Amino acid sequence: MIIGRVIDELVSTQKGEYFHGQKLLLVQPLDLNETDMDEAVLAIDGADAGIGDRVLLVQDGFAAMHVLGQFQVPVDAAVIGVIDQIDFFDRQN
Amino acid sequence: MILGRIAGTIVATRKDEMLRGKKLLIVQLIDPETQEAKSPAAYQVCVDTVGAGARETVITVSGSSARFSSGLADHPVDSAIVAIVDTIDLHKEEEL
Amino acid sequence: MKLARVVGTVVSTVKDENMQGKKILLVRALDASGQVTGEPFVALDSVGAGVGEDVFYARGKEGSFPWHPQPVPSDASIVGILDPFNFPTRESHTGTEGTQK
Repeated sequence: MIIGRVIDELVSTQKGEYFHGQKLLLVQPLDLNETDMDEAVLAIDGADAGIGDRVLLVQDGFAAMHVLGQFQVPVDAAVIGVIDQIDFFDRQN
Repeated sequence: MILGRIAGTIVATRKDEMLRGKKLLIVQLIDPETQEAKSPAAYQVCVDTVGAGARETVITVSGSSARFSSGLADHPVDSAIVAIVDTIDLHKEEEL
Repeated sequence: MKLARVVGTVVSTVKDENMQGKKILLVRALDASGQVTGEPFVALDSVGAGVGEDVFYARGKEGSFPWHPQPVPSDASIVGILDPFNFPTRESHTGTEGTQK
């Protein structure tokens, strides 16, 4: 998992039927300084997240399919938790 | 599998049911030679399966294999801590 | 899944038998604001996407799952089309200004 921030909620009418009823979140991956890294990922929502939330992003098919409750479907990313707090043992650079 | 160091903890109340009771730790990748943390972008949030603690050096496993870690069968996770490292013995190329 | 814009089509006659009858598209990655980034690459279409549309695609092993249980050798497959108003700043493919969200 990595830390991400939900930056948008996207709408798609024409999509695979396995996506029906799913919220599609655009998630920006963050580094440990909470700076943007890599490209944004479109993830299904398994934690009732909203725009601005810091979230746990899994980029793994099985984990995403678990959220959907369907298997052998083409999803590869999901939000599985909304982060309340991050604590570091040492100050980050 | 990668070598990393426990850099922090994450608290998430609203999460997938199967993550309940699982300890989520931030693991920063380290250079095996210097054992220094790499960039802030090189990290994973892992489920701890071995009782790792602050600043310990650990081995993490990523992808589908993470679900082979103890207690994580069929869980929606893609990275787990599977070992705590005691020592690293790295030989330089010219020594081999 | 990742975002992309369909920028072209590819025709292939001799191909894996499990790719027969499937549309091969050229896409370019989109950033979070809907701007095109990166080089074109090939993706297999499972939802009827066309040139100019913004789409999202599944990567890796999951790319073969739109056609499950047929073992289609695709590691990037378009699985949804974004509605045109998702990126308000972008001119839609019909040439008119996108509507504000």
